[in-house]
Amino acid sequence: MFVSYKWLQEYVDLSGVTATELADKITKSGIEVEGVEILNEGMKGLVVGHVLEREQHPNADKLNKCLVDVGEEEPVQIICGAPNVDKGQHVIVAKVGAVLPGNFKIKKAKLRGEESHGMICSLQELGVESKFVAKEFSEGIFVFPNEVTVGDDALELLNRDDQILELGLTPNRADCLSMLGVAYEVAAILGREVKLPKPEVTSTSEKASDYISVTVDAAEDNPLYVAKVIKNVKVGPSPLWMQTRLMAAGVRPHNNVVDITNYILMEYGQPLHAFDYDRFGSKEILVRRAHQGESMTTLDDTKRTLTTDHLVITNGKEPVALAGVMGGANSEVETGTTTVLLESAYFVGASIRKASKDHGLRSEASARYEKGVDPNRVRAAAERAAELLALYANGEVLEGSVEADTLKVEPAVISITLEKINGVLGTDISMDAVKDIFARLQFTTSVEGNEITVTVPTRRGDITIEEDLVEEVGRIYGYDNIPKTLPKGASTPGKLSDYQKKRRIVRRYLESAGLYQAVTYSLTNEAKATQFALDNREPVKLAMPMSEDRSVLRLSILPQLLEVVKYNSARQNDSIALYETGAVFLSTEQDKLPEEKEHLAAAITGLWHQQPWQGEKKVVDYYVLKGVLEGLLARLGLTGRVEFCQATVEGMHPGRTADLLLDNKKIGFVGQIHPNVQKELDLKETYVFELSLKALLEAEIAPLRYESIPRYPSITRDIALVVDKKVVAGKISDIITEAGGNLLKDVSVFDLYEGDRLEEGKKSIAFSLKYFDPEKTLTDEEVTKAHDKVLQAVKEEAGAVLRG
Amino acid sequence: MEQRLVELQQEALEGIKKATDLKELNDIRVSYLGKKGPITEVLKGMGKLSAEERPKMGALANEVRDVIAQAIEEKQSILEEEAVAKKLASETIDVTLPGRQVKTGNHHPLTRIIEEIEDLFIGMGYTIAEGPEVESDYYNFEALNLPKGHPARDMQDSFYITEELLLRTHTSPMQARTMEKQNGKGPVKIICPGKVYRRDNDDATHSHQFMQIEGLVVDENIQMSDLKGTLDVFAKKMFGEDREIRLRPSFFPFTEPSVEMDISCKICSGKGCNVCKGTGWIEVLGAGMVHPNVLEMAGYDSKKYTGFAFGIGSERIAMLKYGIDDIRHYYTNDVRFLKQFSIHE
Ligand SMILES: [Zn+2]
Repeated sequence: MFVSYKWLQEYVDLSGVTATELADKITKSGIEVEGVEILNEGMKGLVVGHVLEREQHPNADKLNKCLVDVGEEEPVQIICGAPNVDKGQHVIVAKVGAVLPGNFKIKKAKLRGEESHGMICSLQELGVESKFVAKEFSEGIFVFPNEVTVGDDALELLNRDDQILELGLTPNRADCLSMLGVAYEVAAILGREVKLPKPEVTSTSEKASDYISVTVDAAEDNPLYVAKVIKNVKVGPSPLWMQTRLMAAGVRPHNNVVDITNYILMEYGQPLHAFDYDRFGSKEILVRRAHQGESMTTLDDTKRTLTTDHLVITNGKEPVALAGVMGGANSEVETGTTTVLLESAYFVGASIRKASKDHGLRSEASARYEKGVDPNRVRAAAERAAELLALYANGEVLEGSVEADTLKVEPAVISITLEKINGVLGTDISMDAVKDIFARLQFTTSVEGNEITVTVPTRRGDITIEEDLVEEVGRIYGYDNIPKTLPKGASTPGKLSDYQKKRRIVRRYLESAGLYQAVTYSLTNEAKATQFALDNREPVKLAMPMSEDRSVLRLSILPQLLEVVKYNSARQNDSIALYETGAVFLSTEQDKLPEEKEHLAAAITGLWHQQPWQGEKKVVDYYVLKGVLEGLLARLGLTGRVEFCQATVEGMHPGRTADLLLDNKKIGFVGQIHPNVQKELDLKETYVFELSLKALLEAEIAPLRYESIPRYPSITRDIALVVDKKVVAGKISDIITEAGGNLLKDVSVFDLYEGDRLEEGKKSIAFSLKYFDPEKTLTDEEVTKAHDKVLQAVKEEAGAVLRG
Repeated sequence: MEQRLVELQQEALEGIKKATDLKELNDIRVSYLGKKGPITEVLKGMGKLSAEERPKMGALANEVRDVIAQAIEEKQSILEEEAVAKKLASETIDVTLPGRQVKTGNHHPLTRIIEEIEDLFIGMGYTIAEGPEVESDYYNFEALNLPKGHPARDMQDSFYITEELLLRTHTSPMQARTMEKQNGKGPVKIICPGKVYRRDNDDATHSHQFMQIEGLVVDENIQMSDLKGTLDVFAKKMFGEDREIRLRPSFFPFTEPSVEMDISCKICSGKGCNVCKGTGWIEVLGAGMVHPNVLEMAGYDSKKYTGFAFGIGSERIAMLKYGIDDIRHYYTNDVRFLKQFSIHE
C-alpha cells in the first residue's frame, strides 16, 4: 500500500511529524514501512507554461517549434518532439537551469538550427512510472486538464511535493488497505483525531428504485448489495488533484467515473463498480452463481468460461460482471455514457479468491475482497462516490439506494482481564493506560473490576480473541517498554541426543581427516534421483515442480556431491575432498510420509597430500578413502563389524568397488566412480562412498571399558604366503585370526608382491602376527603351537604356500 | 733430570695447546704418556739417583704426567665439543621452507551457525528436536493455525507432493509434533534446526531450499518479556555484546502477538547507513507468543500454559555475521568459499 503523506493529512493532523518520523513510528507499532519516496527528489525549475504558438520545425519532420509563455516578461521558444503538443495547451516546462531526475540539467540548446530555451515534459520525465500515466499522455507530454496559472510551480500542482510511505502489510492488516484505515492507525499512534469525509449528496426527485431492482440469489457469497443511479453524467478527465493522488497510490487515471470508483477504493478500501446503465441490458440486477459452462467477456476483452464456483452479476439474463473481480466489456463506462449504475457490495472473500485464482485475475478490488472489507463502509462508500460523481462528473444522483441486504454486522465483543494482558506481555500496565490505548484505537470499552470489555469496530476484522487485544495493547504501549527476562520455572537439562552427539563426532572426524562439508539441494531431476541409490524405490515427485531439474527428491547424495566436485574442478581446483550428511527420501504409500534416512557421502579426487619440495606426493586411491572410513568406524567402535566386500554398483568401477556390510547387512559402498561416468562429468579419478549414517549411528556398541595395559612382552612372527591372485587379503586375515586363538592379538599386512618372480596367477602377501598373553610372558613353545595352527589353516583353507 | 721433566711438561703442554683435532691430541697422549714415552724414559734413569732424591723425583714425574693427562683431557673435551658443533652446523636446515601440510577440512558455514546456536540454547536448557522434511499439510499448516484456504498460506508458496503432503515450508511443524508427545504437560524447551523449502526462484537473496532454526518454549507463566530476554541473549552471543535488539509487531498465524526482531546496525551504530537502509536496524528473525489455537490443537490448556516461539534463518544469520552477499554461495560449495570458514574466532 502506497500512502501519500499529503493526502493522509486530509484525515489526520500530521503537524510536527515529518514523513520519515511518521514512517518510523508506524514501523515500530506494527506495520513495516518499507520505504519513503520523495517524489520531487532532485527536481527543480518546473513551471506551468502556456503554448502560444506551435509550428513544424523547419528542418525536422518530427519536431515542433513552440512559443511558450512561462510567466516571464517574454515568451520563450522551445523545440518539442512530443506528437501531442499543441497551441493553447497548459504544459509542464523545465526552464533553462531546471533539473530533472538523474541530475539531468536543462541548458539552452540548438536543435537542427533552432534555439530551444527549455523543455516541455512528459510525466515519465518527472519520474512517474509509465503504467501509472493516463493513456492519452503515455506517448507524449502531459497537458494540464483545467485552468492553471502560467508560471506556477508545476511540481506543486502535480502533487509531486509529496512523500510516499510504502507499507508492507501482513495479511491480517487488510484494514490498512485504505487511506481511512491508515488514518485510524496513525491517529492511534499519534494520539490524534480521525477526520472522516462526510458525503453530502443532493438527490433529484426521481427514485433509483424506479430505474433498477436488485435480487441476490447467492446471499452466502453476497450478503449486501447496494446500487445507486446517477444521471446526466459527463465523462471526461477527473480533476488534477484526484489524478495525482491516484498516481501516487499506484493507480492509472482513466476518466472521471472510473477514477472516482478507484479513488473510493483507495480512500475507503471498498471496491466499487460503475456500469453504463443504458448498456446494462435490463432494469434488473440479479446476483447469482454462474451456470456451468456459461461465458462472458470481461473488460480486458477476454472471453471467460465460468463454473458454478464463480459469482456473477447479471442483468437477469446474462453475466455483466465477474463479481468483485472484473466488469464485463458490454456494460463498461465509455465516453458517451450518461447514466451510471453504481455498485457497492460486500462479497465474501472465499468466492472471490476462487474466481480470481481460476481466471488469473488479481486486481486491487479482488485483493481487498479476499482479505475482507469492512461491511460497515459499503453504504458510506456508495454515498461518497455519488457525491464525487455529482461534483466532478456533472452527475445528478437519484434518490435513495436499491439494496439486497441479508448481512448481519456484529462487532466482536471481547473481555479480558488486566492480569491476562500483563501476564502475557510481562509488563505492569495499569487499567487506565489500557483504556487509553483502546480509546486511541477508537475501540469502545467498559471496565468492571479487573476486566475490560472491548467492542472492536468492524474495520478491524483481524481482532477476534483475547490475544489479539493483548497485541493491540502491547504494540501501542510499545514493545521497547517491555522488560527483558528469561523463562523461570523448573530447569530442564539441555543436551544433544546420542545420535546428534555421534553425528557431530562423524563431522569433526571427517573434517580433521581433510574433508570439507558441503550442503546441496534435496530436489533434483529424475535421472539423478536414483543414481547411486542404496534403496531401490520410486523417487518422491513434486506435484508442480518449478523445473525438471528440481522435480523429485533425492535417494542419494552422491550425484549432487559429484556436481560440486565438477564445479570446483572446472575452477582450477584439482584436489578436492568433500562430504555431506543429509536426508534421502524413500517413497512409501500415497499420502503417507516418505521414509527419510540420513546418509553420509564423500568424494575425493586429485592429490591427497603433497610436499613438493621434498618430493612427496600422494594421489588419492581406493585405500586413501577406505582408510578414512576405517578411521571413522574405529571412532564409532565398529572396527571389525564392518566388512568391505568386492561388489558391483552401477556407475562404479567394477573392479574397485566394495559394499560395506555392517553385521552382514549392506549399509553402503565405497570405490572409484566408473571411468565412463567420470568422463561424462568431466572428472579425474574420483573415489566416493555413500552409506546410511543412520545405520552407522544407531548400531549398538558395548559400553567403553578400560582394558589393562600389557605388562608382558609380545612376540611377533612374520609370514609371507603365496596364494592365488583371486584370494583376497581379508579372507586370509580372517582365517589367520580364526586359527590363531586367544594368544593372537593382531594381524596386519606388511607386504604385497605380484611380480614375475612368482608363478603366473599367484601373489605373495606378507602378514605380521603378534602373539601375547596378558597374564604371563609367552614361551616360544606356546607361540609355535598357536602359529603352527595358523600355518596349517592358511594352507588348507586358502591354499597358501609359505614363501621361503 | 728434574730439568728434563719440566722441559717435557712444557713441550707437552705446548703441543696440546696447538693440537687442532682429536687425532693430533691422541698422538700427543701416546708420545708423552705411552710406555715408550720420554717420561718413562726419564724414570728409567732414576736408578742413578740417591735414595732421598728418588721418591722426590718419582713424585715429580707423576705430577708431570698428571698435569699432561689433565691438559689432554681438558683439550679433548674442548675438541669434542667443537667437533659436535661443527657436525651440527653442517646439519643446518632452512627453517623458512614450508612445513608438511596437515590438511583438514571444515564444516559448512551453515552448520557452523546452527551448531553455535544449538550450543547456546543447550546451555539454557533446550534440547534439539529434528523432524521430517516432507510434512503433512496438517503439521505444516493446520496445526499451526493455518487452516486450508487461509490467506496467509500465500505467504509461503509451497512444493506440494500430494494434496496432503508437501516439503515443509518452515521447521515450525516440530512445535506441534513435540507438543503432542508431551500429552499437554510442560515444560517444552526445544530448538529445531533443519532444511526447509519454498517456491522461490534461486537468486542472490532467494533460495528454494534453506535452513531454519525454530525455537519453542511452553510452560506456565511464559511471558513476552521472556521472549525478549531470550532473543537478547541470542543476539548478543551471535553478533556481539554491544548490539541492541528491538521488537516490532508483525504477523504470523501461529503466534499472537507476533513480532519481528531487529538488531542495531553494527556498521553505523544505529545512525543509519546503506546496510541498514538508513534505519539503524537490521531485520533478523520472526517470533511471537504461541497462538492459543496452536496450544489447544497440540493438547495444551491455553488458559494454563503460554509459550513463545521464534524462527531463525541460518543463511541470514551467516550473511549478517560474515558479510556473505549471495545466498547461492551456500549451495554452490565452492571450496574457496568453504575454506574461509576454517578460522575460529
Ligand atoms: Zn547502518
